Order: sequence, then C-alpha cells, then structure tokens
Amino acid sequence: MARTILETKDINKSFPGTQANQNVSIRLEEGEVLALLGENGAGKSTLMNIIYGLYNQDDGEIWLDGKPYAINEPHDAIAAGIGMVHQHFMLIPVFTVLENIMLGAEVANGPFLDKAEARKRIIALSQDYGLEVDPDAIVEELPVGIQQRVEILKALFREVKILILDEPTAVLTPQETEELFVIMRNLTKQGVSIVFITHKLKEVLAIADRIVIMRRGKVVGETRPSEVNEHDLANMMVGREVILQVEKAAAQPGEALFEIEGLSIHDAAQLHSVNNVSFTVRAGEILGLAGVQGNGQTELAEAITGLRHYNSGTVRIAGEVMPQTNPRKQVQHGMAHIPEDRHKHGLILQDPLTDNFVLCTYNQPPFAHRGVRDRQAIYENAVELIQRFDVRTSSALTPAGDLSGGNQQKVIVGRELSRDVKVVIANQPTRGLDVGSIEYIHRTLVRLRDEGAAVLLISSELDEILSLSDRIAVMYRGQIVSTLNAAEASREEIGLLMAGSAQRTMEAEAA
Amino acid sequence: MSAITQTAENNNRGKNKNWGTWGLAALITAVIIFAYFQNPNVTEAVLAATVRYSIPLILGALCGIYCERAGIVNVGIEGQMLMAAFLAYMVNVWTGNLLLALIVGVLTGAVIGLFLAFLSVSVKLNQIIGGTVINILATGITGFFYVVGSTTQGKLGPIVLGPLASLPIIGRALFSNAPITYMAFILVAVSQVVFFHTRWGLRTRAVGEHPRAADTLGINVFRTRYVSTIIGGALAGLAGAFLTLEGVGSFERGMTNGRGFIALAVMIFGKWNPIGAMLAALLFGFANALQTQLQFMGVNVAHQFIGMIPYVLTIVVVSGFIGRSRPPAAEGTPYEKE
Repeated sequence: MARTILETKDINKSFPGTQANQNVSIRLEEGEVLALLGENGAGKSTLMNIIYGLYNQDDGEIWLDGKPYAINEPHDAIAAGIGMVHQHFMLIPVFTVLENIMLGAEVANGPFLDKAEARKRIIALSQDYGLEVDPDAIVEELPVGIQQRVEILKALFREVKILILDEPTAVLTPQETEELFVIMRNLTKQGVSIVFITHKLKEVLAIADRIVIMRRGKVVGETRPSEVNEHDLANMMVGREVILQVEKAAAQPGEALFEIEGLSIHDAAQLHSVNNVSFTVRAGEILGLAGVQGNGQTELAEAITGLRHYNSGTVRIAGEVMPQTNPRKQVQHGMAHIPEDRHKHGLILQDPLTDNFVLCTYNQPPFAHRGVRDRQAIYENAVELIQRFDVRTSSALTPAGDLSGGNQQKVIVGRELSRDVKVVIANQPTRGLDVGSIEYIHRTLVRLRDEGAAVLLISSELDEILSLSDRIAVMYRGQIVSTLNAAEASREEIGLLMAGSAQRTMEAEAA
Repeated sequence: MSAITQTAENNNRGKNKNWGTWGLAALITAVIIFAYFQNPNVTEAVLAATVRYSIPLILGALCGIYCERAGIVNVGIEGQMLMAAFLAYMVNVWTGNLLLALIVGVLTGAVIGLFLAFLSVSVKLNQIIGGTVINILATGITGFFYVVGSTTQGKLGPIVLGPLASLPIIGRALFSNAPITYMAFILVAVSQVVFFHTRWGLRTRAVGEHPRAADTLGINVFRTRYVSTIIGGALAGLAGAFLTLEGVGSFERGMTNGRGFIALAVMIFGKWNPIGAMLAALLFGFANALQTQLQFMGVNVAHQFIGMIPYVLTIVVVSGFIGRSRPPAAEGTPYEKE
C-alpha cells in the first residue's frame, strides 16, 4: 500500500444551523487521485477549505506525512505543499497570467519583482506539464478553460505535493474535461497527489483511483471505480434509490409557439454577443440549448424574456410579435421564465413567500380587486403551492432568502408553472441543486411538455440537455452552430460543437 | 489564440488613446513656448504658480491611490490635510522648528489614516461615512482651537538647484522650490515603482482587486489595508504641511478649500496611477494659474467665466482624452473572512 500523505482525523465543523462536517476521516495516498463525491451541501468543500486553512475546524486533526500539523491559515497549507484550485477561481481579473501566478510567491531581488526570471520558470513549468498559456495575457480576457490552467500553474509554481481541485469540471466542455484528466494523470506521475471534488458520476469513474462518498457532512462509503457503476454511486450519494434517466414518451410537436428570428445583440465594444440567432420551439417539445457558459446564452435568454434590449430580430409568442423589453406583456401572453440567477431575477429575497408566489399575477384577480391586494387569497395561494411543489419552509411568511437553494428554485418553479403557460424558458433550472430536486424539476418540465407547452431548456450541463431534450441546438460564440435531433445526437458530437471545433471543420470543408 | 489577438487589440486601443494625450501635451507645450517669447516673466510666473498649486493635489491624489489600490475609499483626504496643516502650523508657532513641524504634520496624517483604517477594516464601517467623520472632525477641531493673530517665525524657503534653476522656461518652476515640492515629485516616481515593480505593490493591488484571492495565497488582507491607509494618511499630512509651512506660511480656517476632493478627482483622472495623477494635477494647476493670470491682466471677460477655466478644461479632458478609467474592483467593501 502506498504511503499516506494526508489524513484528516475526526474533523467536526458546524455553521449556524448545520453540521457541515461530522467526524470526517479521510486518507490521501501519495500519487493517487482521490475523488470526493457528494451532493451540493454534503460538506466536501467545507472539508477542503479546512485542509486549506480557510476555515478552522471545531475539533479533529489534520496529519501530514504521519504527523499532526496545525493549519490555521492558507499560509500554513501553502507552506506544507498543499495547493487548491477553487470552484470560483481565485484569480485577479485585471492582472496578467504572470502576475497572478507569482502573487504571494514572488520571484524578487530584494523588494523588486524579477518578472523575467518568473516568466522563464512559468514557461518551463507549462512545457513540463503540457499547460500551454501566454504569461503576458490579461486573465479576464482568457476563456475559463485557460483560466483554470493558470490556477493549476499557480499551484505548481509553489511546488505543491497535494493538489485539491474543487468542482474543476463545472465550467469545462467535455473535451476540456478530457484535457484536464490528461493533465491530472501527468501530475500524479510526477508524484503529486490529487483530491478531486465533484458530484458528476461519470467523471469519478473515469479518473479516480479511489472514491470517498460524503452525505450530509459524513463519510458514508469508500470504494474503487472497478467495484461500482454509476447507479451504485448515485444511490450511495443520495442515500436512496434514484432514477438517473428521465422517463418520457416521444414528443408530439404541434404548432410553433415560440419563434426567434435573426436576433442579434451588440455589446459596448460593438462585438456580437448574440449573432443572428433563429430558432422555433413547438408546442409539446423541449428544445435544449447547449453551450459552454459565456457563449451568449445569458444575453440571449435575457433578450427573449424581455429583460435586455436587442439590436435586431423578432421574438414571437403564438405568432404575435413581442415588443422589446416588455416582460409583462410576454408573461401575459403565456411565458414562464425560470431565470439563470435566481437571486437577481427570480425572487425578492427579503420578501415573504406569499408575495414571491404572485410576482407575475399580483395585480389580477383573485389577488387584487380594483387595485387593492387581497391578502387572504395571496396567503391561500402560497399555502397551496408550498404543498403542491413540496417547498420545505417553516411558514408561508418566511422570507424567500431564508430558504435553501433547492427550495428557492421550487418557489420559482411553482410560481412560473402554476399559471396557464404556453412557453417555458428554463435557464440552468437545476444549477446547484441536489439530486432529489433535480429529479423533481426535470419531471415537471416533461409534464408541461406533455401538456402542450413549448419548453426551451438552456443548460451548460450536457447530461441534462441530453436526457430532457427532443431537439438540441448548440451555441458557440453567440451563434447557433447546429441543431440536432436528440435521438441521433451523441455526447461527443455535441461536445465538439460546444468547443467550436466541428464548426471549423465544416468551414474548412466548405472552403 | 483569439484571446491573444484580443490583448493585442487592447494594446492598440491604448496606443490610440495615448495619441490624444500626447497631442494635448504638445499643444500645451507649444502654447507655453509661444507665450514665453511674448513675455518670459509672466510665463515663468504662471509655470511656477502651476507647480505651487499642483503640489497639494499631487500629494492628496497619492494618498488616494495608496488607500484605494488596497481597497479603502478615502474621502477624508480633505480632513487629513486640514488637521495636518493646522498642527504643523501650531508646532511652528510654538517651537519655530520647521523640521519638527513637518514631522508632526506627516504624523498627524498618518494617525488619521490609522483611524480610518480602524473604522473601515476592523469596525467595517461604511468607508464614505468614515471619511466624512474625519472631514467634519477636522473642520470642527481646527476651527475651535485656531487662535487668530498667532504668528510664525518663517516658512520653508526655496532651495535653488544651481544652474538648473536658470534654464529657460522650466528652470524657475521646477528647480527653485522649497523641499516639500521636490519631495512630492520624488514620491511620485517612488510610488510608481513601488506599485508596479515591487512585491509589496503587487500584493497591495491584489488586495484592492480581489481580497479573497489574495487571502488564499497567504497575503494578510487586513495588515495590507492598514499599512496602505497609514502611508496614504502620511502623504495627505505632507500635503497639509505644504500648505502651512511652504505654500502660504500661515493657517486659516478651512484653508484646504476643497483640495482634498479635487485630489480625488485628480486620482481618478490619472487612472489610479501616480504618474497619471501627477500629470492630471499639473494640468489642473496650470489651468488655475492661467485663470489667475488672466484675471490679473484684466482681460475683458466676466471673471466668473475665467474662473470656470480649470473646471471646463477638466471636463473636456476627462471626457475627450482619458477614456474609461476603472477603479480597483474591491474598493469600498470591507473584507470578511469566512
């Protein structure tokens, strides 16, 4: 058995209201990839933040190389050779790659920075590990995949022995994920040990040497990829039987309910963030819009829901052209919108659930009569929806901000889908939710489809797109590069389209 | 690949902006040379007045840069300058020791900087309110304790830098000044190097942009903000000392007269760069000197309009030549460790 390099012994950590870690003991062997698998809120990131010194444990010990080691500050972790790539990158957007990598571990003559020497070292490192990057590029101008390389280089620059990757694949295309796995293999060959945090089952099976599963702050199991399949892992992670595949009948598409034609948006720099996008969603079908984050989906979704001005194009609901930036009119024509950012566009966090449930209909009977609100009707409506959509809350008068992410999402879904809707625009509807809530929201979307609504599903989770959609449109750099029939589409094909490489091939063929 | 091209585009855009700035500089230089041949004495006097007016703005803007680059908004520069001016003056009145007065002025600024850092970093008070508290305190305290009629035994005199001072046009303005003026220019150069070529500068800028990232790299955000704000305070103190020990030679109530706020504008105008701020301050100082000179010469235009020149010039330059300037991302927000 390989040498144990890092060990946690009975770590406990609680935050107000939750026990985030409860007697967590894990072990990391030298040169292995240890996958830490668990749902959102299972305590994986908390544990890693404790190891990295960002949080301090209530009790328990961290052992390095067989000796207890006190880590109170990130500084201590860095000194011990521990590096961490955070889920939200810890890069300074306006700094160059070089400045970001050397920050905190500067190459210097006395107080003066030696950028030439640092550049040499970074180039050498990127060649050794196959992490190509331009040291003088400004970080905010780089795609996320490259930003992640910068994060990994940052750790390597500090000569880490242990590298923690917190949900590293959340922002990557399938191809970029493959590249990351190659890099991870390279690293372990050179003696780096990796802790890989994720909730994606396929990835765990593809890369891990050993898997530790956490649920509700506790370690609930340990296994190896050779001994399990996705289904087992899902059950261990959730703690009950889960159905990974959404069951749905073949679509019965009807008339065109939602039509977008030639829509373009220019941003301040006159670049097209959305470039001449056209598509149609029919009654009774789900159109999935796939794409890596930041390829114009956010802007497109805001434009077609009336939240953002667009420079050209038309939006039609049931044949009628919608005026620009008039969300109310679109809502009255039967649009439901589950927005990407539920805090900014979905809820009024400080207001009670009662009001949040009637944000689209507060001015209409039965919730208002001649401009006066009917509080009784609003309250009864909330009580009913809380029950119907299984929202876990202490009361209907609780502020929306006090609910967990999954329950907040259920409030939005409840409000939007309890009305009589023709068009549903669901933008990242399950981001950050646990498997149980995801299951629920997926089933609801399929039910609406079957009831004759046109559903547009925008998601950067390829699995979600594949399991729900009837047709799939792929967005890359503001354009829809291809629309496929879901039944005939393969993961690989969509992945390539998302990365823009298929388009290049097509262009090459055309030329 | 595309990202690299984009960077190159940005650099080009930057160069185009520079043409505007260079064009403006060339125009002003041409006007000055022309004026010099018309009337050398007046021109030299205007240039000397430009420098005199600019110094407190340069130092005040440096104070702002040190604070804001670390993420602390300092709207209390006015108060720091006023308190420092007052105490430096009082020490001069009591002891007649100009060096001691200067040191007291700088320390006063630094102590108020420490107070602001305490309010913003430790107490996590809204930073605008913290700065406003300082301004109100300074006005109140100096107004209450100032005794009309006290006299000093002199002020800091010019040090003439030999033959340099007899250079045409710029000699009198640049090489025949009192010590704080020279110090201000040296501090600009030093600050430019500190912020962009030292470890301390890199870390301080990181703290002002993304404190959490800096924290994860083992940088002490709280200490960095304290140190930076105290250094900034010392610079504002020096600006105050300039007013009473070098510029005017005595104290009056409210004598800073908004310079602390103009310094903030100068800082923004100079895009949070020491050299940029210096150029902005000199431009503003030049406009002011010009305005005074025009009024003095009795040009036949209502004095209200002439008085507008510095402000109109600022608006034109800011809107036309400078382009977007972007503040440090984390300024004004207290850092909370999780």
